[in-house]
Amino acid sequence: MSREYEVSFPVKGDNFEDAGKVSVEIKRLLKGHGITGDILRRAAIATYESEVNIISYAQQGNINVRVTDDSISINIQDRGPGITDIEQAMKQGYSTANDRIREMGFGAGMGLFNIKNCSDSFEILSEINKGTLLKILINR
Amino acid sequence: MILREIADLLDAKVLAGEKHLGVEVKTAFSADLMSDVLAFAKPGSIMITGLTNPQIVRIASIVDNSAILIVRGKIPPDETITLAEELDIPILSTKYILFETSGRLYANGIVGCIRKIEGPGSVVPL
Repeated sequence: MSREYEVSFPVKGDNFEDAGKVSVEIKRLLKGHGITGDILRRAAIATYESEVNIISYAQQGNINVRVTDDSISINIQDRGPGITDIEQAMKQGYSTANDRIREMGFGAGMGLFNIKNCSDSFEILSEINKGTLLKILINR
Repeated sequence: MILREIADLLDAKVLAGEKHLGVEVKTAFSADLMSDVLAFAKPGSIMITGLTNPQIVRIASIVDNSAILIVRGKIPPDETITLAEELDIPILSTKYILFETSGRLYANGIVGCIRKIEGPGSVVPL
């Protein structure tokens, strides 16, 4: 049986009440497809931070997870302001978050750094006033 | 310690997951920053926090926390409790502050899920 599996979820910007909902569902689905342990955990954490980013900064976005025999690739595409300085955004502690994000326990400039730490390969492509694409790859 | 002993020690109210009070807890992670919980908490640890929004339950589910222990006497909104029952995450609430809560648990054999941060640590630019 092939272990290939793909799933996509839309995420609405500014919907703070539901932050994390999609990631919890993705974790449940991945678990159901035999992903366990550290790999499951890293995929879930990277997805959660990415979901919070869409809700915090973009108008809308999409989380796509593709599982193959050797990897989990997670692509997060959003329509939003884009990132002006990617190098700076990657730094721990750098944040442009507002109070609403901070009240939720996020916005301390750890997000992209956490995502990178969970990934075997991580790429950010961003265009100002168009949006951002995060490409996360985790080897199985 | 099992969750029931933790609840007794801290005079804590059990707000969700009554049926899991026999679960054993050996480690903990205290934080009000959920990104730090995502980054550092380990499976099986109890999350100790002053936040009460539903995010804490989703985060606990993502990192496989054994339970959430809310400090400073805060009582979470109904959405948080409902979600905790749904995702099977016990929630306790104690009136002790974060420092006292952590100290009392440590004195009773619960240790941090990690001791300290590997690598250079966080740099917060001015």
